[in-house]
Amino acid sequence: MDKTDLKILAAIQESFPLVRRPFRVLGELMGISESEILVRVENLQKKGFVRRIGPILDMRKLGCSGILVALKVSLEQADQVAAVVNEYEEVSHNYLRPNESGYNLWFTISAREDRICEILAEIKERTCLDELILPTKRIFKIGVKFDII
Amino acid sequence: MIDSLDFSLLRAAQNGIELTEKPYLLLGEELGISDEEVIKRLKLMTEQGIIRRFAATMGHRALGIVANAMVAWKVAPQDLERVGTILASSQEVTHCYERELAHNWPYNLYTVIHSRSKEDCLRIAKELSDATSVEEYKVLFSEKEYKKTSARI
Repeated sequence: MDKTDLKILAAIQESFPLVRRPFRVLGELMGISESEILVRVENLQKKGFVRRIGPILDMRKLGCSGILVALKVSLEQADQVAAVVNEYEEVSHNYLRPNESGYNLWFTISAREDRICEILAEIKERTCLDELILPTKRIFKIGVKFDII
Repeated sequence: MIDSLDFSLLRAAQNGIELTEKPYLLLGEELGISDEEVIKRLKLMTEQGIIRRFAATMGHRALGIVANAMVAWKVAPQDLERVGTILASSQEVTHCYERELAHNWPYNLYTVIHSRSKEDCLRIAKELSDATSVEEYKVLFSEKEYKKTSARI
């Protein structure tokens, strides 16, 4: 990664142009051609620096609620249970966070409230595990942006 | 609120645009609308706040930000506003949510800290504890990432 790549990353994590030829506009800002910036962004995506370019949604404005759930599962069983949880496309994040409380599997669900209840009931039925259910009350901060330059 | 075409557009766009000269033209073709229409609708939804940002999502592991800790804080109800505001203002805190209490689980404020190492995360959590005078907190490191996507519709 060179300086130009870093400049590109810093710019497109803030916002990506909503114009007919967005890469041409970005290229003009960086002082490079449309074809060069396309190649560079492709490379950045291939190497995993950029996951995707698209809309980052406010799920609440779309009628969805968010919830954090922890399951009391042993480390031996965690992979298997995580696979069950991952089947639901409404599950956005799912991590193993081992700690002495025994609540080792932590995941978030974003969906309409009735759908969240349905998913929780299904997971309960399929895993029979003790759970912590932690609905979101207030958002103080959301959004993963990093200092690049 | 948004109409069904907006909904389809968001569903298509959330997978990420194609890296090509006219990505919105491609997106529109799937839905039978022009790129101008795609752009107009995406802009409007951004103005309305339905789209927080139209931007690149970063793979933070590739950027060397490999440690991710969730810190659960036990905060007195009357202190939530103050503590939440302080925690949210920290550069390393990417998420900060108040959550409902659960049985036998006294924590009501949750932050996610991203940093370069576990030690860094612990140091940051300690600094935040000092800054807020909240002494009861639990640091939960992620040992394995089973899934990480954006919330989707």
